[in-house]
Amino acid sequence: MAKLLQVEHLKKYFPTSRGVVHAVDDVSFSIEEGETMGLVGESGCGKSTLGRTCIHLLESTGGTIRFQGNDVTHLSKKALAEYRNCVQIIFQDPFSSLNPRMTIRDTVTEPLKLSGRFRGEELNRESERLMDLVGIEKRFYNSYPHELDGGRRQRAGVARAISLKPKFIVCDEPVSALDVSIQAQILNLLMDLQDEFKLTYLFVTHDLSVVRHISNKICVMYLGQMVETASTDALFARPYHPYTKALLSAIPTVDIHNQQQRILLKGEITSPINPHPGCRFAQRCPYATAECTQSDLPLVEVEPGHFVACSRIRQINKDL
Amino acid sequence: MFKYKKDPTAKAKRLSSYKPGSFLYVVNYVSQSKSAMAGFCFIALLLILSFLTPYIFKYGYREINVRMQYALSSLEHPFGCDEVGRDIMVRIFYGAKYTISIGFFSTFCAAICGIILGAAAGYFGGLVDTLIMRALDVFQSFPTILLAIAISAVFGPGYWKVILACGITGIPSYARMMRANILTVRGSEFIEAAASINCSTGRIILKHVIPNAISPLIVQMAMGVASAGLTASALSFLGFGVVPPTPEWGAMLSTARAYIREYPHMVMFPGLFIMLTVLSLNLVGDAIRDALDPKLKN
Repeated sequence: MAKLLQVEHLKKYFPTSRGVVHAVDDVSFSIEEGETMGLVGESGCGKSTLGRTCIHLLESTGGTIRFQGNDVTHLSKKALAEYRNCVQIIFQDPFSSLNPRMTIRDTVTEPLKLSGRFRGEELNRESERLMDLVGIEKRFYNSYPHELDGGRRQRAGVARAISLKPKFIVCDEPVSALDVSIQAQILNLLMDLQDEFKLTYLFVTHDLSVVRHISNKICVMYLGQMVETASTDALFARPYHPYTKALLSAIPTVDIHNQQQRILLKGEITSPINPHPGCRFAQRCPYATAECTQSDLPLVEVEPGHFVACSRIRQINKDL
Repeated sequence: MFKYKKDPTAKAKRLSSYKPGSFLYVVNYVSQSKSAMAGFCFIALLLILSFLTPYIFKYGYREINVRMQYALSSLEHPFGCDEVGRDIMVRIFYGAKYTISIGFFSTFCAAICGIILGAAAGYFGGLVDTLIMRALDVFQSFPTILLAIAISAVFGPGYWKVILACGITGIPSYARMMRANILTVRGSEFIEAAASINCSTGRIILKHVIPNAISPLIVQMAMGVASAGLTASALSFLGFGVVPPTPEWGAMLSTARAYIREYPHMVMFPGLFIMLTVLSLNLVGDAIRDALDPKLKN
């Protein structure tokens, strides 16, 4: 399969009065066409920033982004408009991602109108087709967002995202603001749409059970850096990085005979302002030594397709 | 006989058929409030009378009748006459359009300028924000009436100049409010969503940001009309406003002040009408506020 999105050494820094926040620091990954890549990590680790930087909602500070082999790191106004027809985003909070003064129909029609691909009656027909596709009932077409429940609003958000027939969609925690029963509906909708339109997803979430269900590949982020990336099965079966181990051990289990030993991390997530070199996780890592914070760590391929950034990986994992 | 039965919930039903915050919703809400309708009727009646004075009343607003100097209320002159024998009632009705229109126009000017400045400051931020807001801080550091006097003193008296003076003094509060609202709305995800579907900056501001930031300003405008009218009257009272013989209420008060001991009716009627007009405008403003922002109630 062809690589759809390739991100190399991507950096996004935010200058603040207290110093430079390294929200995304030297992250590289690639997503193949038709694949879903899960991006997990605790809140504030830069996963949303990474997603937004990939689709130019935020401008990157450094690194390169390639889309279908073309460099899209820096785009002219016209090229950006073209790029945005190919990449879209679904937001976390369906309560704030829809304009409260526009009906669902207006919200879905707006991108169609702006694209200039449809006119007059066609515009109406296309927006109704989209709303029907994502499962919004006819009687809600002219409703305002505040009249709908979270699930239907999120469906409207999905309809807006797929309206321009994009190839790549960043799903920024699309289900974390929803009820569990509705989460399943939206996830199924997203997977159906993926099959139908050959969509590629970057699925940002902190919900590990969701990401296991939907992704082919998972990247684990900690404080702006990628610590481990592998196929979903490999990551859940054999997590190598101490942070991933701790993260996976936090998933609640229902089997009382097979209780997992929870790895409790000490301390708080450290500040992303002017971070020290080396492993960002070192302060909380039970295995950390002085050498961990001496120089930046590369992602090392420990198994085919399984990359880990840890200097003591062989000592921690005896089976490697 | 078929009898028309009034459904007690009909009003509430009709109201809920409009989207909260839309124009029709506000009109409907205000029309269902008794006090607001009383205020609205008073203002409307005053304006109609004001434009029809030459056709309704026997006397002109500048018709001098020396024999009727300082006349008290009578059937001929219900509000009495002033120091040169002009009918006070005719003058009050004729002058109504000045006080009220100054209130409306100056609020409108202040709001337009304030919205543009505030929107620019809030949306672009950085240097633009600093420049605009610091300049407005300078304006706001003067008491309103003092600033209005200073501006009028520079421009001189006159109808449009009063509007300008009242308008300029009103700008900072609108701009400040608009900026705060824009900052809130700008952080919303639907603004990012608009950018991701290739909305231009202008379209984002006009279609997505301003409609969601404007309703507190409409409330402020509704309340501002009354205070602008009051400021206009105050300016005329001090001699900076509309020039005599135009019967602006503040100017009438100003002249009458000299005779307050001997002929209190000359002060009483213009004062009463200023009070009633401000009250009416405030009642309408209150209803608009309640319609647009239910959280602000009480």
